[in-house]
Amino acid sequence: MATNIDSSPPLTPKTSVSGVMLQVIYALVPGVLAYIWFFGWGVVFNILFAVITALVTEIIMLRLRHRAIMPFITDGSAIVTAILLALALPPVTPWWVIFIGIGFAMVFGKHLFGGLGYNPFNPAMLGYAVLLISFPIEMTVWPLPDMLNETPLGFLDSLIFMFSGNLPQGLSLDGITSATVLDTVKTELGRNLMLSEIYTKPIFGTLGGKGWEWINIGFLAGGAWLIYRRIISWHIPLAVLGGLFIIALLFYIFGAGGLPSPIFHVFSGAAILGAFFIATDPVTASTTLRGQLYFGAGIGILTYIIRTWGGYPDGIAFAVLLMNMAAPTIDYYTKPRVFGHSPDNSDRDDADE
Amino acid sequence: MSDTETAAQQQWAFHGGLALPGHKQISTTAGVQNLPLPEQLIIPRQQHIGKPAEPCVSAGEHVLKGQVIAHANDYVCTPIHASSSGNIVSIGKQHVAHPSGLKGTCIVIDTDGKDEWIKLEPTGYEDMNPSHLRNLIREAGIVGMGGAGFPTFIKLNPGIKENIDTLILNGAECEPYISCDDMLMRDRPDEIIAGMRIMRHALQAKHCIIGIEDNKPEACKSLYDALGDATDITITRIRSHYPSGSEKQTIKILTGKEIPTQGLPLDIGVVCHNVATAMAVYRAIELGEPLISRVVTVTGSAVARPGNVNALIGTPISNLLDFTGVDYGNLSRVIIGGPMMGFLLQNRRSPVTRVVNCLLTYSHDEIKPSQPPVLPCIRCGECARVCPVSLLPQQMYWYARARDFDKVQEYNLFDCIECGCCDHVCPSNIPLVQYYRFAKTSISEQEQDRRKADVARDRHDFRLQRLERDKRDRENKRKKKLDALKKSKGDGMDAKQKAIQDALARISKKKAAQNTQPGNISNLTTQQHQLIQEVEKRRARLDPFDPNKKSDHQNENNQ
Amino acid sequence: MIAAIVILTALALIFGLMLGFAAVRYRVEDNPVIEQIDAILPQTQCGQCGYPGCSPYAKAIVSGEADINQCPPGGQAGVDALSKLLGIESKPLSNEYGVAQEEKLVAVINEELCIGCTLCIQACPVDAILGASKQMHTVILDECTGCELCLPPCPVECIDMVLLDRNIGNWKWPCPDDAADNIDNIGDDQASTASVSTSA
Repeated sequence: MATNIDSSPPLTPKTSVSGVMLQVIYALVPGVLAYIWFFGWGVVFNILFAVITALVTEIIMLRLRHRAIMPFITDGSAIVTAILLALALPPVTPWWVIFIGIGFAMVFGKHLFGGLGYNPFNPAMLGYAVLLISFPIEMTVWPLPDMLNETPLGFLDSLIFMFSGNLPQGLSLDGITSATVLDTVKTELGRNLMLSEIYTKPIFGTLGGKGWEWINIGFLAGGAWLIYRRIISWHIPLAVLGGLFIIALLFYIFGAGGLPSPIFHVFSGAAILGAFFIATDPVTASTTLRGQLYFGAGIGILTYIIRTWGGYPDGIAFAVLLMNMAAPTIDYYTKPRVFGHSPDNSDRDDADE
Repeated sequence: MSDTETAAQQQWAFHGGLALPGHKQISTTAGVQNLPLPEQLIIPRQQHIGKPAEPCVSAGEHVLKGQVIAHANDYVCTPIHASSSGNIVSIGKQHVAHPSGLKGTCIVIDTDGKDEWIKLEPTGYEDMNPSHLRNLIREAGIVGMGGAGFPTFIKLNPGIKENIDTLILNGAECEPYISCDDMLMRDRPDEIIAGMRIMRHALQAKHCIIGIEDNKPEACKSLYDALGDATDITITRIRSHYPSGSEKQTIKILTGKEIPTQGLPLDIGVVCHNVATAMAVYRAIELGEPLISRVVTVTGSAVARPGNVNALIGTPISNLLDFTGVDYGNLSRVIIGGPMMGFLLQNRRSPVTRVVNCLLTYSHDEIKPSQPPVLPCIRCGECARVCPVSLLPQQMYWYARARDFDKVQEYNLFDCIECGCCDHVCPSNIPLVQYYRFAKTSISEQEQDRRKADVARDRHDFRLQRLERDKRDRENKRKKKLDALKKSKGDGMDAKQKAIQDALARISKKKAAQNTQPGNISNLTTQQHQLIQEVEKRRARLDPFDPNKKSDHQNENNQ
Repeated sequence: MIAAIVILTALALIFGLMLGFAAVRYRVEDNPVIEQIDAILPQTQCGQCGYPGCSPYAKAIVSGEADINQCPPGGQAGVDALSKLLGIESKPLSNEYGVAQEEKLVAVINEELCIGCTLCIQACPVDAILGASKQMHTVILDECTGCELCLPPCPVECIDMVLLDRNIGNWKWPCPDDAADNIDNIGDDQASTASVSTSA
């Protein structure tokens, strides 16, 4: 029917879902390269294994749901979810952790809600949250960046560790890993150490964690490119980082140096990755422009609260999930003024309600 | 020349919209060409918004060019004229250019080739009463020629307040590929300006502005030249940004005012007409010609000689395609209107009407790659970003799909202008506008059903009342009779007995009459008597009021 | 003791008066529920529900005598609307009383066969049939509700129910969801065809 009663036929080839997803993947490249540079092959294996698991899960779920496979498998959304979740995992993660995380993200986070476009929560962050709660140890041992690591894991060693859990002779997990900077700050502040003392540890760099600064600059560049290409709008990233920065600044000033600087907050953990690549997931974010500002600011502020007073070192995942829940309500209250309506949108046609 | 004037004229931006490739140069290389007189004209009685006109000619009748062939019998209606002289062949259902592909009532004329006009009566307008002027414009059958087809005389009524600040002529023509207004402004600037002055007279408007998108410099220049030193009309170039030619957006750009929702431009003291309409008004008043032809753009990749043709109303579309050298082997589809708001032509015999402004052809190789599958909405919000009326197309889409028509109206469905911007940017290829059209027509159908139900309720209530009243009346009559009877009992002779006796007398008289045999059968043979009896039997069977018949019927049913 | 009783009585009186005043002053002109139900019913007056018209059925619903799913012309949408109005759970349309018609039907009298018996005129609940004794009858299509009540009394079976003509005036845009090439309507068995158009 639709082929013979056409409203408005297409004019020129336009952006497609797969086109959007592909550009997101391109934009991740600089950050991912930096990540690999500092943390070695583990990152590569994480991403590859996650992508393969995600695609297989997607195919199985589409079959079970009796849906067309090709249009959905080629839309790239599963790949983006897999890469984002893989980037949130430590580079020394056993395969089954990834498997469970991706499996949960795809099955419970996406397909049980009805597949692409119908999921209320960001699948990658849902998978990550499940992993963080279920396997707190595996999820918080981060290898030292290669420059601080005297015995970084090579290609084979990473692969062997991933699938068997065995490290090369004479190495222990404790020897090659440490807590992340956010984790360190949190525990050490809890032990009443001064920030200046904490910052002397070797894992700290100029802006955030050593090596992490560059990875985050890579993600920042990729995000900027996405905004330039109009794949995402500037509203959510700016609001996330702005919200985080401003609340961190306030506590930094009133905390009289007892709390980390806003710069440190922005450049540590997953703040930049989250702001440009996770919070901007269109399916689960707010859609009105004004709503996106509230949505982003909410993520920034919640992240700071969780980081500073919560039980986990980083809070992006939980902040994103909480704001995902709030997105429909935010959208409802931030409807733009419709052409020809008075500013509060309460004219004749709404008056009788 | 333009620098000072454009600078003086302030402009306002509207939300969203799209910068689209124009594709106009394809059809603007040659001037407007006249189409040869077609052998047959198929003139639909519905070529405007409102009630269809009522045909006032009959098959076989000879009509002259410009003669009224269908009357307007409603306020929102205009008469229809014969586009050329000839004989009426038929009045009946024919294919018409409508998205449904359904047929509509048309008057078919076989042209006689003489193209003989009725007597034209140019009137001039300067001394004319605006009301009379509007009437003449109505009689000329002029409707908005930009695509909507709303009767022009209504839009030339300044209302009760009679306070029109600005009259706008819309020459934006923002939709890609279409260039008929552009060519008209290049070729007939004098007529357009003269038409605008007539419109101003009807409206008593204070200011006049012609708005033209800046991708039509030739049209702009030609209008400037035609205007000369006159200062009563301002010509303004506006940014080429779809949908700047939509009435709401044009008015916003040129005056900064927004038409209130569900309101009219009149409410904010503005009236907006299309340039082609202005020309039609000029021809109707100064030359006395009714609206019987229009300029149509024929363009797209399947046409050998794309361009603009002046076609009589009622010309079959296939004539236009032939004239411009369409390669039928490579023709995939024809769109009526532009690529953004147009619809698919389903039958090429459908005629050109007053509102057909463009025939856009697609070749086969153009269509194939542009049919990607429709994916679920990923809520990217791009549709809301481009919506020129700041709607939330996505939410409207959800509710339209769920058939929650109350909710979709809460999201202001009826403010949607169906411009197609959201469709165009949707990465999931969702036919959003079609969902809105579905919702809009469903809602109006529901409303119609509700109105019909109200009428049915009233009629039913009335019937019940009537039955009640009849019953009461019968009761009263019976009572009266009884009373009368009781009264008459006192008079020695029993009235009832008398009535019975009278009735008996009547019956016996009747019986006697029936028993009388026809006088001419006494000396017939038995065979003849039998024949007569058979005939009587047959007659009895045919007569529906014969009691035998009824029992037959019941027997049939019982079997 | 007495003071307490007096005070309490006075308070009770004052509040009672206030409540009484409020009840009169701010009285809500409520739309009786029967009328609201009647407004939802399609007014075909067909009697398929078992009651002689829509209004009696509405009364029966209110009295609890009838269920909300007895109106086939109203369809499932009608049942849903009633459940929403009455704040009770919706249920599927009962098929005991007839089947919901997708498209609207109207009665048309075959004028060749009509004998002018006026029986259908008496049966029509909305007076939509015109005619007189021994004169041919005709149905006013605009007023016909499609109730079919005129069919059984006709002695010559000259009345037919026909689909209401779809013309340009009452044409409705189809919902794209119903289209065959909609992604939700493509099963995995057709995935290969869908993939062709994606790769193209």
